Amino acid sequence: MKFIDEYQDSKLARGLAYKIAQRSTKTIRLMEFCGGHTHAILRYGIRQLVPKTVELRSGPGCPVCVTATTDLDKAIALAHLPDVIITTFGDMIRVPGSYSSLQKAKAEGADVRIVYSTIDAIEIAKANSGKSVSFIGIGFETTAPTIAASILKAQQEKIENFHVLSLNKLTPPVMKALLDSGEVKLDGIIGPGHVSVIIGSHPYKFIPRDYGVACVISGFEPLDILLCIDKLVEQIEKGEPKVEIAYPRGVKPEGNRKARQLMEKVFEIGEANWRGIGIVPQSGLKIREKYERFDADKAFSVSLKPPREPKGCRCGDVIRGAAMPLECKLFRKACTPESPVGPCMVSSEGACAAYYQYGTLENLQGF
Amino acid sequence: MYYGLTWAKIREAMCLAIPVRIVSIDGDEAETEIAGVRRRVSIVFTPEAKLGDYVLLHTGYAIGVVDEAEAEETLKLLEEIASLSEVH
Repeated sequence: MKFIDEYQDSKLARGLAYKIAQRSTKTIRLMEFCGGHTHAILRYGIRQLVPKTVELRSGPGCPVCVTATTDLDKAIALAHLPDVIITTFGDMIRVPGSYSSLQKAKAEGADVRIVYSTIDAIEIAKANSGKSVSFIGIGFETTAPTIAASILKAQQEKIENFHVLSLNKLTPPVMKALLDSGEVKLDGIIGPGHVSVIIGSHPYKFIPRDYGVACVISGFEPLDILLCIDKLVEQIEKGEPKVEIAYPRGVKPEGNRKARQLMEKVFEIGEANWRGIGIVPQSGLKIREKYERFDADKAFSVSLKPPREPKGCRCGDVIRGAAMPLECKLFRKACTPESPVGPCMVSSEGACAAYYQYGTLENLQGF
Repeated sequence: MYYGLTWAKIREAMCLAIPVRIVSIDGDEAETEIAGVRRRVSIVFTPEAKLGDYVLLHTGYAIGVVDEAEAEETLKLLEEIASLSEVH
């Protein structure tokens, strides 16, 4: 497949790995923000390809994982309301909330449907005019414009029974929160490629400027990630941290203006509740008053019991990069993809799921 | 694969997007193709996309047009690095 296969060449990968090893003298810690990167890194054995001086940590870039338990409980409560159809991306339905999950709610009779796109959710709303179709809006800047587009379409076509529970989150503010906390010392950040297709590279400028941390935006194929690591190592060795794009076929410095316009039309910035991190100011997207009739939060009121976190689960620590999946006592024992305790084991972008799936002996020992 | 977590599924995961080729355009929608599979996608964010362009497909929407010249540049750079590494 064009623009995929050529970036998977193993000979070039070995060449790049050799160059990184030649360059690298300092022991450094890099964080891959995006869960898609975590999976690619584990799948292609990039942890073994890079020299021992380069440590890789997973970050909070898994939309399902960072959804707070209270928000999940709200989605589950919505599912139990009469005449409500819940539409959601696939991973969400298996994530355990405090007392249930969307999957359990479905088994108990709630109408919960997995969709690939917000376009599908709109179609379901059109076909079920007597019911409310609520979309569980999770995701970062990559996904937020698609949710904005669905709300605009619902308005344009007067689809009054379409609602969105907006749990969308923003990337740069949570990076700032992690850097401010100082809990995990970082030398460089592998920047999220597809978030950056939308927002461009400018919003990351504060990372080198205020924290002296390197930031290179990466694509998702193994050669993209190795090229990104090479650029990060080069910057860190020279002591010249900056923002670079190692994925120029996808990311422009200015991002996608059209997508951002639509996103800004529908959403305003507010605080968001992140699992493992808590409330981060200016890190969430709320539906503007003009479109509030599509806001599930305003259309429905549900009463929630106090949230409960799963006992022993270290998802919060894994999300902050403060713990590796193997440091959790439940990993591979009480918590497996078949019977997940926390969202990091459920989601196809979760770090625990990646370590479980691709956990060769080398991967598992490599921390 | 454990619980069917295939690469195809990961590619459709939320922060991922795949390059698909536009085979026809109809208003703000386009018919796209990858590896023989066709899918109708929204091009509302990429009004500049033309027939034959590759776009990054994310949950049913094209979020960006692949810059083919940059793709070539990156490949050249990768080959250069790899060949330099062989010398040593």
